[in-house]
Amino acid sequence: MGLLEAIIISVIAASTPLLLAAAGELVVERSGVLNLGTEGMMIMGAACGFAGAYFTGSTLIGALCGIAAGAALSLVFAALTLGLAVNQVAAGLALTILGVGLSGLIGAGFVGERITPAPHLYLPVLTGIPVVGKILFGQDGFVYFSVALVVAIWWFLYRTRAGLILRAVGDSHTSAHALGYPVLKIRLLAVLFGGGCAGLGGAFLPLAYTPFFIPGMTAGRGWIALALVVFSSWLPGRLAAGAYLFGAVTILQLHAQAFGLGIPSQLMTALPYLATVIVLVLISRARGSAGSVAPASLGIVFVPDR
Amino acid sequence: MKKLMMTAAVAALAIVATGFSASAAEKLKIGFIYLGPVGDLGWTYMHEVGRQAMVKELGDKIETTYLENVSEGPDSERSIEQLARTGHQLIFTTSFGYMDPTLKVAKKYPKIKFEHATGFKRAPNLGTYSGKFYEGRYIQGVIAGKMSKTGTLGYIASFPIPEVISGINATILGAQTTNPNIKLKVIWVNTWFDPGKEADAAKALADQGVDVIMQHTDSPAAMQVAAQRGIYAFGQDSDMIKFGPKTQLTAIVNNWGPYYIRAAKAALDGTWKAEDTWDGLKEKMVLMAPYTNMPDDVKALAQKTEAAIIAGTLHPFKCPVLGQDGKAVECKGGANLDAGQILGMNFYVKGVDDKFPGK
Repeated sequence: MGLLEAIIISVIAASTPLLLAAAGELVVERSGVLNLGTEGMMIMGAACGFAGAYFTGSTLIGALCGIAAGAALSLVFAALTLGLAVNQVAAGLALTILGVGLSGLIGAGFVGERITPAPHLYLPVLTGIPVVGKILFGQDGFVYFSVALVVAIWWFLYRTRAGLILRAVGDSHTSAHALGYPVLKIRLLAVLFGGGCAGLGGAFLPLAYTPFFIPGMTAGRGWIALALVVFSSWLPGRLAAGAYLFGAVTILQLHAQAFGLGIPSQLMTALPYLATVIVLVLISRARGSAGSVAPASLGIVFVPDR
Repeated sequence: MKKLMMTAAVAALAIVATGFSASAAEKLKIGFIYLGPVGDLGWTYMHEVGRQAMVKELGDKIETTYLENVSEGPDSERSIEQLARTGHQLIFTTSFGYMDPTLKVAKKYPKIKFEHATGFKRAPNLGTYSGKFYEGRYIQGVIAGKMSKTGTLGYIASFPIPEVISGINATILGAQTTNPNIKLKVIWVNTWFDPGKEADAAKALADQGVDVIMQHTDSPAAMQVAAQRGIYAFGQDSDMIKFGPKTQLTAIVNNWGPYYIRAAKAALDGTWKAEDTWDGLKEKMVLMAPYTNMPDDVKALAQKTEAAIIAGTLHPFKCPVLGQDGKAVECKGGANLDAGQILGMNFYVKGVDDKFPGK
């Protein structure tokens, strides 16, 4: 296996959990809800996903458990912010704290246990093609799913009527409400979808990335996913590009160090965040001209008046 | 944002902890501040094992509280003070980054006894304790020099603090005794605990021809990557053989229990003094996990090295120690570098294939 091939495979693996969680959050934010609980939902997905795979020996069931755990936690968020019209920022932060604590409790019994990592696709001939073979035809199911998910989200948002309605709810919930669309119901579905995606992204970590569970193993990836949504300016294509860019910087800086290039590692570690800040500045400057900016109703609580 | 959340979590934990310990008045209340979760299987886990050993030994004479996931730096001050305010008379802060906050709180509460792990600032009521982990690193170097076929070792490092630097240097010095041309690649991940990133670093090293991996981070992720790639690795903080039955050569095991028992007993009978404790293999604060997955001659060599360090006939930083520029470093300890030079180590020795951080 060549070095370039090895690096690309590592980059894809490092990007996948970010892409899964961020794709879900993109849909949530497009519907006008800001859920800062991604980190909490991810770590819950990791704990429950590991538990599921540990008891059944099946990665698929583990992944489904992860999705269910993330969605279940997001239901708490939905009940607070949609049902009781609680401040979304506060509820999201609370959700993260709850998720981190609860996952530690659930996962405590599994610390030190091991499972078989997710199987990788293997196609005779195709997987064996030099350089691109393993990259295109030798990944695990999470990787293929994450790519399909982003394409599906793009198609949904821009090519379906339901997607148009969801974006309308996010841009002006009062108008959507006046037109007779069930704003809260649409947002509930979006939040649950986002929770499931975050749970799956979290489950990827113990099921495929590092096949064991340790409390806190998401190590801030939920926050990076949130930053990626902003970085992408709420566009699915840019989101995928951003996730792989982030993964690439993470992995390349490790290789640069092992090569002994002498670039300060602290600077390299800070680069992706620096990029996010720059994009934020660019977005604020581009406001008003063409190009997508934040959904207008993002983070604003909606209480139907009649 | 993450900091904010952590602080909130810590505050919440602290409140729980207070509730827990308010009941008993007679017992000596002992508090611990942990960096990671107790289940990290690494650094924090071993402090927790030490605390449990203390509880087992002293039973109902003491009552212990711990706060986990306390981030380093100024934020930790609140958590330490929380313990001080809630009647804890002996407080252990178990990571280097708690140094200044511990000192600050110790000055504010002169009657409470503080013990800070791996630091160098002391006060009349603030002692420090650490292990001579570099002794174990040296043995790992000796083994790695023999076991590496590519002649390139990989080191996953956390933060450029003296403790980590001295570990890197001891490793290469040990490895040079068995393979004079050995190379050491260093990757700084700038975190103590991020299994994904630790795994990525291990993959990057393996992809670049490294066939023995050591780490100064806290999770067994690197061990698992090494197992997948069919190369060797050393466990860190605790015996990680479970994660690499055919991969782990040995591991440095941090054995804090005896020290915690000693300190608690001293506090109980009033003989506690703020001291600087720095114990190694000889005092069993640092233990080596069984030597596995290596030929008998390498195993014998490792055991011989360990015995020589315990007997005091071998010092990992025996002079002359050559810096990266090839010049001998000033030798303040006579035959070897003195404690201050090791505890404050801020240079690479010859053979490390990395630019010194910040220089």
